[in-house]
Amino acid sequence: MSILTDKNAGKTALLMGNEALVRGALEAGVRVAAGYPGTPSSDIIENLAKVAGERNIYVEWSVNEKVSLEVAAAGSFAGLRSLCVMKQNGVNVASDFLLHLALSGTRAGLVLIPCDDPGSISSVNEGESRHFARLVEVPLLEPGNFQEAREMVRWAFELSEQFRTLVMVRSVTRLSHASGNVTLGELPESDAKAYFRFDGSLIDAQTGPVITAPVPMRHANQQKKLKQIAEVFETSKFNTYTGPENPELLIITSSVCSLYSVEAVRLLKLEDRVGILKIGTTWPLPEKLVKSHIAKAGAVLFVEEVLPFLEENVKVLALDNIEETGIKKYYGKIDGTIPSVNEMNPDHVIRALTAILGVEYSGMSAEYEQKANITMFTKSPSRELTFCPGCPHRASFWSIHNALAMDNRDGFVCGDIGCYTMAILGAGFNSIKTAHAMGSGTGIASGFGKFKMFGMEQPVVSVCGDSTFFHAGMPPLVNAIHNGSDMLMIILDNRGTAMTGFQPHPGLDVDAMGNRAEAADIAEVCRALGATVVTSDPFDIAGTREKLLDTLENGKGARVMILRQICALSPEKKGKRQYEVRVDTSLCRGTDCGCDRLCTRIFRCPGLVWNKEGGHAQIDEIICAGCGVCTDICPAGAIIRSEVTK
Amino acid sequence: MKDPYNVIITGVGGQGNVVAARILGNIMAERGYKVTIGETFGASQRGGSVMSHLRISGKTVFSPQIPKGQADLVVALEPIESVRVMAGYGNMNVKVLANTRSIYPVSVICGEQNYPAIEELKASLAGLCSEMHFIPATDEAVKLGHAILGNVMMIGAVAGLGVLPFDESDFEKVMAVYVSGPKMAVNLKAFEKGMEMVKNN
Repeated sequence: MSILTDKNAGKTALLMGNEALVRGALEAGVRVAAGYPGTPSSDIIENLAKVAGERNIYVEWSVNEKVSLEVAAAGSFAGLRSLCVMKQNGVNVASDFLLHLALSGTRAGLVLIPCDDPGSISSVNEGESRHFARLVEVPLLEPGNFQEAREMVRWAFELSEQFRTLVMVRSVTRLSHASGNVTLGELPESDAKAYFRFDGSLIDAQTGPVITAPVPMRHANQQKKLKQIAEVFETSKFNTYTGPENPELLIITSSVCSLYSVEAVRLLKLEDRVGILKIGTTWPLPEKLVKSHIAKAGAVLFVEEVLPFLEENVKVLALDNIEETGIKKYYGKIDGTIPSVNEMNPDHVIRALTAILGVEYSGMSAEYEQKANITMFTKSPSRELTFCPGCPHRASFWSIHNALAMDNRDGFVCGDIGCYTMAILGAGFNSIKTAHAMGSGTGIASGFGKFKMFGMEQPVVSVCGDSTFFHAGMPPLVNAIHNGSDMLMIILDNRGTAMTGFQPHPGLDVDAMGNRAEAADIAEVCRALGATVVTSDPFDIAGTREKLLDTLENGKGARVMILRQICALSPEKKGKRQYEVRVDTSLCRGTDCGCDRLCTRIFRCPGLVWNKEGGHAQIDEIICAGCGVCTDICPAGAIIRSEVTK
Repeated sequence: MKDPYNVIITGVGGQGNVVAARILGNIMAERGYKVTIGETFGASQRGGSVMSHLRISGKTVFSPQIPKGQADLVVALEPIESVRVMAGYGNMNVKVLANTRSIYPVSVICGEQNYPAIEELKASLAGLCSEMHFIPATDEAVKLGHAILGNVMMIGAVAGLGVLPFDESDFEKVMAVYVSGPKMAVNLKAFEKGMEMVKNN
């Protein structure tokens, strides 16, 4: 049985932060959960989907984050406790609805968990979701450890119901994807009935229509709720203080940054001089609590990630209450004591503390550091990210790159979000020249494709994944078609939301809970929008290149090419080789042939290595996934593939 | 045991780094320790270096990131990854346990950078740690039927080092959640082989 549905309250187990968040939702009796995959948030919906039957929950992977929040809101409106989950970028996508939802109010508990990625460990930005809480005026909680992750989500549902407002519980990568001991609470009996009542007064969202009008009344009402919530936050157990009564320096922190702060203070042995105020209820701030701690402190240091959210809010609060707090020196991101970009760690806090308090500390001697760095640089060649062995994207970009080079008109590729973003690197032969948000490559290409009138003759190509196509790829495509943009959209269809762990999307015949679902055919959708569509298997190198050259040379207007091949890590493919591949060393001409090691120097599959001593290419038996593509790129025919007999 | 005891498990995406950390973490949590595992798995399948930080304490919850220079044990599923970790977390008391099987970075495959010989690597590492053990875990795992068992051998090797209070029965208890029957038997065999290799090293 899954630990997530273990009925032994009081039991302690090692849970991932995301699992702790899930357990909290289950303990709150969540009935509806929706989201769109995005690291580091994806495991939350995945884990809920696994126990959906057992716990009587409706779980869905929605087409995008805005729709997922709408689905979760419907749950709340129908009287079901509902959860919505997304990575930080998703909050931007959902924000239009989020603003309206804050105004209309909610019914049954509705919780939004955005997972931020400070340091962009798995992102192409390091945006912040916390500002949305202030922007749209909803309460925001931030768990500081694994136990709190469970408890806070559970409490967030109660808070949401008490005040009939959406509550945000913000996680970060180092909580979501870290693990720690969690003591379990009670799981409720599963029982729920959905009904949407609308016969009440126009101005009562609990019984009447759920709408945002009249705006001034509802806006004022939401602000009144926030004032009441701030009062509740004053005595929340999630706000803790450790340290002396009158600290020389007060650290104000939240989230996992509180753990970094504790560690830094401990390593520097500053427990008698530095206090730590860990805020779990980040917005609206508990004013009385915060100002009483500032009043007793000599100075204040903010430790948070990524933007100075606490720092700005506390400073405004302190200025408003300066007679009580006194004039204090504030250190943080704004004055540069703490780096203003990237994620935090204990060492950043140590550096800030040593600078402010003038104490000495060295975690590593200068001599050791120098020796270790020299060793690293000379003995540890860097590992650039690359596509997996057997990845269809390597084959796709091989053809795209070669076709654009043969076309010889400085054609280029506009990309967006997915594994294929790595085609900005050598992994994809540096093909991608713009990379932004979901679907943005096609939107940008739609623009470029209109600039012939200004003399721009370069071929314009966009790439878009299959999940991304449904999420945000259709509007820019229809825009390009309608406006007569001359561009080629290449849909890299690897049959799933591969980058985040193979979640289903509307193009597949299965849903989040494993039930059979209606599959939308991408080619048919594109044709219905008015595009010409060509399909190819990227593992057919010659055929794909020919089709690409043909559309580059002869195509007019907005065209679609679908390159379809299942991801090498998909459950149906993983661990199964289509081909046994070997190098015939008598045929491999090594560095002597005209190709100058085309296979290893340019193609760069991790499963195909260069044997320096022998002067020939070689298959790494453990790494090779058996796709057989390298056979077709070797000009000497030295790479031999033979079909694996099943 | 030093408290907290800081372990770094490092390797290359796709090697099973995250699962190895989870197994070791679960073993220590089952033994009553407070364990924090910090993981970087954005690049987990994409040829990048991956690292898991384990903080094991009898007292309190530690942060998911080990501070600079504070590792006690480095377990490298790929040899050169051991050296990479030293620059951030090494010290003269750290112990290193490394698998001998190389996974070449694309920078090496394409000829831009060189991959050092294992002997050369050992010589450099000797000046950066208190003891090191290189064991042919992947090679032995292939003999048992699957390369991925190399990770279990590395966990067995950690037990063999005697730095953390756990044994084969603790491992078996945790693995029972994942496997049973003949699969359990081969895992136990891999664990024992790891223990044996580090003791004879």
